[in-house]
Formats: sequence, C-alpha cells, structure tokens
Amino acid sequence: MEQTDMQEHIIPYRTLVFVWLLLILFTAILVSASRLFHETLSVGAMLVLTPIKAGLVFFYFMHLKYEKTYLKALVLLTLGLLVLVIGLLFFDVLYR
Amino acid sequence: MNSPPTVAHPAHKDYEGSKLGMWLFLFTEILLFGGLFILYSAYRARYPLEFHNSGQHLNVVIGVVNTIILLTSSLTVAISITALRRRDRKLSLLSLSATIALGAAFLANKYIEWSGEIHHGLYPNSPALMQRPHGDQIFFGLYYSMTGLHGLHVLAGIVLLSVVLVFVIREKITGTDFNKLENAGLYWHLVDVIWIFLLPLFYLAA
Repeated sequence: MEQTDMQEHIIPYRTLVFVWLLLILFTAILVSASRLFHETLSVGAMLVLTPIKAGLVFFYFMHLKYEKTYLKALVLLTLGLLVLVIGLLFFDVLYR
Repeated sequence: MNSPPTVAHPAHKDYEGSKLGMWLFLFTEILLFGGLFILYSAYRARYPLEFHNSGQHLNVVIGVVNTIILLTSSLTVAISITALRRRDRKLSLLSLSATIALGAAFLANKYIEWSGEIHHGLYPNSPALMQRPHGDQIFFGLYYSMTGLHGLHVLAGIVLLSVVLVFVIREKITGTDFNKLENAGLYWHLVDVIWIFLLPLFYLAA
C-alpha cells in the first residue's frame, strides 16, 4: 500500500502561504501591542493571539485538521492536561 | 543443495502507526516545555517587577527576527511536503534546504544575542547578576534554560532535516513514501510552536 492511498489530502501552496501571512500579521500585532499599548491590553493580545498562532501551526502546517478524530482527541487531551495544571497553579498562587 | 526459493514481499510499512508514534513523542515534548512554562508562571507571579525589568535587557529585535525566521522555516518545510507529493522534487529539495538554512540562521542570531548578554555580565552566577535582586537571577536562569533547551531542539531539528534531505536526494523518500519527511516536519513545527510561546514570555512581556 502506498502512503498516498491512506492520505489523500495535499495542502495547497496558497493555503500554506496564507497561514504564514496570518502568523506574521499576528506577530506584528503582538509586537506593536507590547510597544504601544498599556500592559493590560498587550497581555490580553498575547493571551488571545499566541494560542491562535499555535493553533494555525497545529491545524494547517502540522496537518491536524485533516487527521482522524482520535489523533485530534489525543492532542486535545494533552493540551487539556497542560491547561488544567496551569489553571491549578494559578489557583494555588492566587489563594495561597 | 539448492537454497529455497525466495518470495519477494513488499516491505511492510505502517504509516499511521509511525505518525501516531511521532505525535506521542511530541506530547512528551509539549509536557517537558509545559513544565518549564509552569515554572516561569509561578516565579513571574512571585517576582512580577523583577521579571518586568529583566525582560527589558533582552534584545527584542533579535527575538522578533528569530520569530519571523522560524515561522518562515515552518512554511518552507510544509511546502517541501506538498511539493514532493506533487512530484516536484526540485522544489521539495530547495524548500527543505531553505528550512535547514533558516534553522542555522536562527542559531547564528541566538549566538549573537547570547554573546551580547554574556558580554554585559548577564549569565547565571555571574558577579554582576549575583548583585541584582533574586527575581532577576531567576529570570535569567529561566531565560537561559528555556531558550537554551529550545536552541538544542533547533539543532536536533537541523540534523534531522539534513538526514531527511539526503533521503530525498537518494529517493528513499518519495512522493508515495514521504512519512519520514512528514514526521521530521512535525518535529520542526513543534519547535516553532514552542518559540511562539517563548517570544511573548521573555521578549514582549517587559
């Protein structure tokens, strides 16, 4: 069996370039926000845009969007575990 | 005595298992760096002012340039896979070589950046740093550990992609059997994702 038999989808060049442009744009917004705006706004931009950037890399560059459900679920489980532990940490730091 | 007739079997390849194995390895990497991010967050919460002030000593321009370099290298490795699958070996090899060159450029910038900081006496246990507040010492300890560990991953990625490049040249990796290239690409993208988080933590949060 050839690998192409089980994996039909090829990500077109234009999609890859578009995702790259979005990543550069979000980086530019993050850097400008950290230089120009008040810390609250710039931290807010970081908390929103950084996971979006990581998501774009996961879904398009790493092909996750076109993978089977179980693989997506495993990624979600791992990231969910990390978010849970970070959440517990802040709970500990704030209410200690 | 005649040897028994040999039957040619096609080599068994489990592409899905191979990819799953790569992802499982990446999960361990996510949790490794995740642990360091948690450490960073805990100390940032304890020393907000010191972390804020120490971050101002870092070179934001090099940090941002390195971000653009890594994002672009992620694009080129993804292009390399698409090109190979579309039977465009030349473009695949070209973009794979570009990825390796961009990785090397990232490390060269890292060298310039660290040299500058070490020149200013900002390195773990340096006399200048030992006179600064405890929070500053922790900030620079975390900065060198996390960007250093990430730099080692970039170096490992460069070696991995170079091996894959040789495989593509020797046609061991082809448009119908590209799993090794895909897995090396997954590793490279994860190294990029980790940097996406390191940029705001160290360079932009000052």
